[in-house]
Amino acid sequence: MFFFILKRLAQSVLVMAIVSAVSFSLFNFVGDPVNNMVGQDATREQRLEIREQLGLDDPVLTQYSRFLGNMLQGDFGLSYRIKRPVDQLIFERLPATLELVFVSAIIALVVGIGLGVYTGIRRKSWISRGILSVSLVGVSLPTFIIGIALIYIFAVHLRWLPSSGRSGTVDLGWWKTSLLTVDGWRAIILPAITLSLFQLTLILRLVRAEMLEVMQTDFIKFARARGLSERAINFRHALRNTLVPVITIIGLNIGGLIAFSVITETVFQWPGTGLMFIQAVDFVDVPIMAAYLVFVALLFVLINLVVDILYFVVDPRIRLGN
Amino acid sequence: MTELLKISGLDVDFDTRRGTVHAARGVSLTVRPGEVLGLVGESGAGKSTIGNAIVDLLESPGRVSAGSILFEGEELRGRSEAEMRRVRGDRIGMIFQDPQTSLNPLMTVGAQLVETIEKTNGKISGAEAENRAIELLEQVGITEAKARLLAYPHQFSGGMRQRVVIALALAGDPDLIIADEPTTALDVSIQAQILDLIKQLCRERALGVIIVTHDIGVIANIADRVAVMYRGEVVETGDVAQILGAPTHEYTKSLIAAVPRADRKLDRFSSVDYIEGGTTPFKRIDIQTHWLGESQRERGSGPAIEIENLDLSFTLQKALLKRNRKMLQAVDDVSFTVNEGETFGLVGESGSGKSTVARLIAGLYRPDGGQIRVIGQDVVSHPKSATARTARRALQMIFQDPYSSLNARMRVLDIVAEPIRFYRLTDRESETRKIVGDLLDHVGLGASAALRYPHEFSGGQRQRISIARALASRPRILICDEPTSALDVSVQATILNLLKDLQQELGLTMLFISHDLPVVRQMCDRIAVMRNGGICEVSDTETLFSAPTHEYSRHLLDLMPRMDLLGEA
Repeated sequence: MFFFILKRLAQSVLVMAIVSAVSFSLFNFVGDPVNNMVGQDATREQRLEIREQLGLDDPVLTQYSRFLGNMLQGDFGLSYRIKRPVDQLIFERLPATLELVFVSAIIALVVGIGLGVYTGIRRKSWISRGILSVSLVGVSLPTFIIGIALIYIFAVHLRWLPSSGRSGTVDLGWWKTSLLTVDGWRAIILPAITLSLFQLTLILRLVRAEMLEVMQTDFIKFARARGLSERAINFRHALRNTLVPVITIIGLNIGGLIAFSVITETVFQWPGTGLMFIQAVDFVDVPIMAAYLVFVALLFVLINLVVDILYFVVDPRIRLGN
Repeated sequence: MTELLKISGLDVDFDTRRGTVHAARGVSLTVRPGEVLGLVGESGAGKSTIGNAIVDLLESPGRVSAGSILFEGEELRGRSEAEMRRVRGDRIGMIFQDPQTSLNPLMTVGAQLVETIEKTNGKISGAEAENRAIELLEQVGITEAKARLLAYPHQFSGGMRQRVVIALALAGDPDLIIADEPTTALDVSIQAQILDLIKQLCRERALGVIIVTHDIGVIANIADRVAVMYRGEVVETGDVAQILGAPTHEYTKSLIAAVPRADRKLDRFSSVDYIEGGTTPFKRIDIQTHWLGESQRERGSGPAIEIENLDLSFTLQKALLKRNRKMLQAVDDVSFTVNEGETFGLVGESGSGKSTVARLIAGLYRPDGGQIRVIGQDVVSHPKSATARTARRALQMIFQDPYSSLNARMRVLDIVAEPIRFYRLTDRESETRKIVGDLLDHVGLGASAALRYPHEFSGGQRQRISIARALASRPRILICDEPTSALDVSVQATILNLLKDLQQELGLTMLFISHDLPVVRQMCDRIAVMRNGGICEVSDTETLFSAPTHEYSRHLLDLMPRMDLLGEA
C-alpha cells in the first residue's frame, strides 16, 4: 500500500508541475502584463522600470522557478485589478465555494444512492420508471437553465427563497460560514440543488446499473438460498459491492463540482472562487486566473488521492492482495 | 425407509415472448435420508431448474405450473416468500458450482457464517454464533478455523472456498442438501476431496443429498441412485450400478457410451446418434486433390516441435528491490520433442503451466530462456523473420472457450477466411470463399454457416468453427488447449472424433492439452505430465497408464473417477 501511494504521489507531483507550467505561461501569452498594470499615459521609462521590478527581463526559466518558489509558499502575486495578494482573495472566497460544493455533494450522494438502490431493487415499479424518466432531464438540461428555472419558480413566482447572493454568514475567525443560520440555508438551497442535479442523476444511474449487475451474481443467489432476509441481501451484500465503481466516479465528480461551480455561482451571484474567476477573465486579471488554475488542479489531485485510499478501505482484495 | 423429498409430476415453464418453454415436464423424484441422488444430464436438460424449483428460487420468468413437491410430508408449492425463507438454509441447504463467485468478496468468511447462523438458529449470542462457525469450519476440514474466520474469500484457494460454501450450507443444520455441479470448477484432486466430504456428511448426519451434474465420473463416485434427465424429462431412474452398468433407455445408453474410457484405448469414441438427432452428413472434401491437402505434400521429416530448457516467470508483485518482488516460475526448464504426425499430450492440474507452454510455442509469450524450434525453424531469436513466419503459419491453435475465442462482430466467413487472407494463400476472393465453404462442410457445419454470426451456434458448433479457422492456414501442427472441457460429453465425443479424423487425413501433428486423463488416453500417442511448471515424466500413453514411473503421475491416475461400474459398452 505504501508503495502504491508513493507512486500516486509522484504522479500527482507531475500533474501539478505541468499545470503550474501552463498557468505560468498565461503571464506571457495573455497580453502584456505591464500594459494591464499601468495607465495609458505611462511613459516608456515607467514601463521599463515596472518590467525591471517584476523581473520580466530575466530568462524564462528563471522566471518560472521564481513563480514555482513563490507558489509553493502560497504567494501568487498581486491581483492586477484589486491590487491585493491573490492568495488572500482566494482564501476569503473559498468558504463560500466549499460550502456550496459540500452541500450539493451531500445532496447528490444521499439522494443519488438512495434512489439508485430503490430503482435497482424495484426495477419494474412505476415509481422507478418515473424516477428514471425525470432523471433524464437532470442529465440533459444545462446547469444554467436549471438554475434560472429554479430561480423563476421558487424566488420570483413562489417567493419562498432568495434568488441570489449569500446571506446570514457567521464569521468563525478563520472561516465565514452560512450553514449556521436559517437565512444562510435559505440562500444555499437553490444553488446547491442546481449544482448537484447533474451529479445526482449520474450517481443514481450508476448505482442502479451496478445494483442490477450485482443482483445477478452467484453470491446473491447463494445468500437467497441460505434464506437471508431481503434487507440483509440488498444492503449488506449488494450495496457494498456496488460502491467500488461508484467511488471512482464520485471522486472525479466532486472535483468537477468545484470546477463547474463557476456557472452556478454566476447564475446565483454566489460570492465564491468561481465567480471571482469569471470576473478575473473579464478583466484579464492573470494572477487570479493562474492561481485558480493551480488551485483547482490541486483539489482534483487531492480528491483522487483520497479515492485511491478509499479503495483500500472498501475492498479487501486490494487491501490484502492475493 | 420414509421419503425425505418426494417430487411428483413437476412441470416448470418459462413464458417468453416466443411462447412457453417447458424446462421440466412431469418430473418425479424421491430422496431418502442418508442417500445421495445423482441428477445427471447435459446442458439444457433442466437439471438445475429442478434444484431451483424445490426452494422456489427459479429465475424469472420461470414458474412451477403443475405437480407437487413434498418435503418431510409438507407441500412446498404455493408457500409465501416468508415461509420459503424459513425453509431455505434452515431445512434445505444449497451448494453452487463456482466457489470463486459464491461468496461475497467484501465480507469475511466469519461474518458470512455468523450472519447465516444467526438467521437459522434464532436467538443466539454473538459468541455462541462464533463458536458454532468455528465448529462448522472444522467439520468441513478447515484447520486453524478460529484465525480463518477473519479471512476474506479471496485468501482461500478454490477447494477451501468450496469447503466454506459447504459450511454455509450446513449452518442451519438442514435435512436436505442440493449441490449444483459442486466440483465442476475444481481440479481432480480437490474434486475427490470435496466429493468425499459430501458423502461423509451425508452418512454422518443422515442428510438427503441431490447432486446435479453433467459428469458421469462424479455420479460413479458418489451417487447411490441416479436420475437421468433429457430435454426436461427424467428418462430413467435407478440404482447407480444399474444405470451405469446396464442402462435401459436409449439416451442413457448413448450418454454412457460417449464417456471417454479411462481403462482402455478405443479407436474412436462411440457414436452418439441419439443425441445429435438426425444431423445430415455434409460432403467432405477429397484431401488428395483439394487445396487443403497441399500441406501434406509440404511435409518434411524430423521433429515438428522441439523445445529445450524453456523458462518463463511471471511477476506477481512488483517492487523496487529485486528481493521484494514475488515471481512465479510458470515454466521451469521444460524440454520435449513432438514428432511429425504424432499426438502429444500435456496433462496436469490447473497452474501446472501446460497452457503457458502452448502459448510459448504459439509465440503468444516470449520465453525468458531456452529454445523453441517449430518444423526445424528457430522461432525465438528472430520472431519476425520470414522463416519464423512460415513456421508460425504451419502452427495453429484451438482454444478452450468457444464463446470468447471467436469475434462476435465478425461473420463466420470472415473468421475462417482471416488466415487465408492474412497469409495471401489464394489469388482470388472467390477462391477464398469457396475454400471457406469447403472447410465448413468438412468440419460438419455446412457451407451455409458462412454468412451467420458466432452467437447463432452452440458451443460444439463454435468449436467446429475454431477448427475450420485453424485449418485455413493449411497448418501442419495443431495446438489444442483443452478443446472440449467446456462442452457436454456427447458433443465432446463428436469433436474429438473430428480431430482424430482430421489428423489422420492430413497427417497433422497435435499438441493436446487437457486435465482430463481419460480423454488424453483416447487421443494421444505420448504424454508429458506437468506439475508446478516442470515436467515430471514423458511416456508412451499405454506405458503411462499401465506403469507410471513418477510419483505424481501415479497420484493423478489414482484420482481418476472409478468407472468400474461401466459395462462393456
